[in-house]
Amino acid sequence: MTAATVTARKSYSTTTPAYTPAPQGKVSFSFRNVAKQFGGKAVLQGINLDVYEGQFVAVIGKSGCGKSTLLRLLAGLDKPTSGEIVAGVLEDEQKRTRIMFQEPRLLPWARVAANVGVGLTGIEKGEAARKKSLEILAEVGLADRGGDWPSVLSGGQRQRVALARALVGHPSILALDEPLGALDALTRIEMQQLLERIWLAKKFTAVLVTHDVAEAVSLADRVIVIDSGRIALDLAIPVERPRRHASPELAFFERQILDQLYNR
Amino acid sequence: MSRALRSIGRSALGWLLPALLLAGWEGASRAGLIPANVLPAPSAVGEAFWKLLLSGELIENIRISTLRALSGFLVGGSIGFALGLANGLSALSRELTDTTLQMIRNIPHLALIPLVILWFGIDEEAKLFLVALGVFFPIYVNTLLGIQGVDPQLVEMGRIYGMSRTQLFVRVILPGALPSIFVGLRYALGIMWLTLIVAETISASSGLGYMAMQAREFLLIDVVVLSILIYALLGKLADSLARFLERISLQWHPAFQTV
Repeated sequence: MTAATVTARKSYSTTTPAYTPAPQGKVSFSFRNVAKQFGGKAVLQGINLDVYEGQFVAVIGKSGCGKSTLLRLLAGLDKPTSGEIVAGVLEDEQKRTRIMFQEPRLLPWARVAANVGVGLTGIEKGEAARKKSLEILAEVGLADRGGDWPSVLSGGQRQRVALARALVGHPSILALDEPLGALDALTRIEMQQLLERIWLAKKFTAVLVTHDVAEAVSLADRVIVIDSGRIALDLAIPVERPRRHASPELAFFERQILDQLYNR
Repeated sequence: MSRALRSIGRSALGWLLPALLLAGWEGASRAGLIPANVLPAPSAVGEAFWKLLLSGELIENIRISTLRALSGFLVGGSIGFALGLANGLSALSRELTDTTLQMIRNIPHLALIPLVILWFGIDEEAKLFLVALGVFFPIYVNTLLGIQGVDPQLVEMGRIYGMSRTQLFVRVILPGALPSIFVGLRYALGIMWLTLIVAETISASSGLGYMAMQAREFLLIDVVVLSILIYALLGKLADSLARFLERISLQWHPAFQTV
């Protein structure tokens, strides 16, 4: 099945078959006919995708569908087998793509502020780096924890430190590989709100890989469903922000995505 | 205040058992239960200590032995550390040398004493060689293990954030390997004293081991016992020093956090 066309039902006439960019949209990055194989097995094939600057894209799919591979290609951690990935503006742009993983991956032997400072490697040093690190820590709600060891923080707090580290270098693209997957349900909702608030303030392009459909529709402007290595659905979520969890509008999109995932 | 007192009390607790043993030993000797030519009373050992201290003989022998131990440790330890780093960081270096090193490791280094005496006589080189060989392996094996055990996810993270090879080593790999390197260090310190004492007992013309052997010739059993007690104290001192360094450099580790 190719990119499914979704017809608008009921009163939600804003739904469009394919994503139409906002008029002022500049392309942040593009995948051009990208394929990736691991040991002869095709993980991704024929991926064509234009993502616009400042867009929040969620990538969803069953495990093993290739969604994490897509993110690793975007972050430059793997190279595509064929096709190309074009970053919108500069060659240097690749450097300012940051990736956040399911595990916080903090250095246990560095204090929180120093861990955030890792995000400024090659950008800023010494006192200036420390000042910036503490500022961004305040933005993620950890203003007074800069001097702590990571081992004394809770799981949610560690993930916030990882977020601060990713953001401190002002990335133009933030790739998120199920960063909230290991958190409990309540911490997760808090983190989603934090992520949305920071994204609205900083205007970076966000690409969130998740297996949580509710999370995808509550955060993203656009949801991409990947099935067996191909884009099976590209759906705009034109719901105003702030969005309310489990509202009927979101439920409508959620159902469409679930239908696609389970071929109903 | 009371917390400081309690912490002193805690560390004093470890010395309670040795103190009781000493008291029991002294009592048994005075009561004539232990003949003086088998085991002298602690007070007799104390007297021997005082005599040797005044003559300067004891200090000189401790100085010589410590110097030997440390120089052997420095030589063997740095070679072990360097090879551990090289083999941990480079697969080529590891494939080239690890098999050989593992083979040599399985030879008890003290078994080389006859050979070493033939090569070096009973001079300083012999002791230096044996101590260096003894401390080499625990440092080498644990440095290698530590580096191989560094979380690859953290290494990947460091690369993503654009760390250079040097930065990656200093900020990620070395601190990650440090707990294991300390295990090797403490183990090596034990082997250092053991090797030195055996070497000095068998072939030397100065040092603590030589002092003990001389005393045996003249049936000065109190001096023999004194030497053994000094080994125990020096070993404990080395271990405490290593633990102190460990506590300073592994503050981040949950096992070393006091609060």
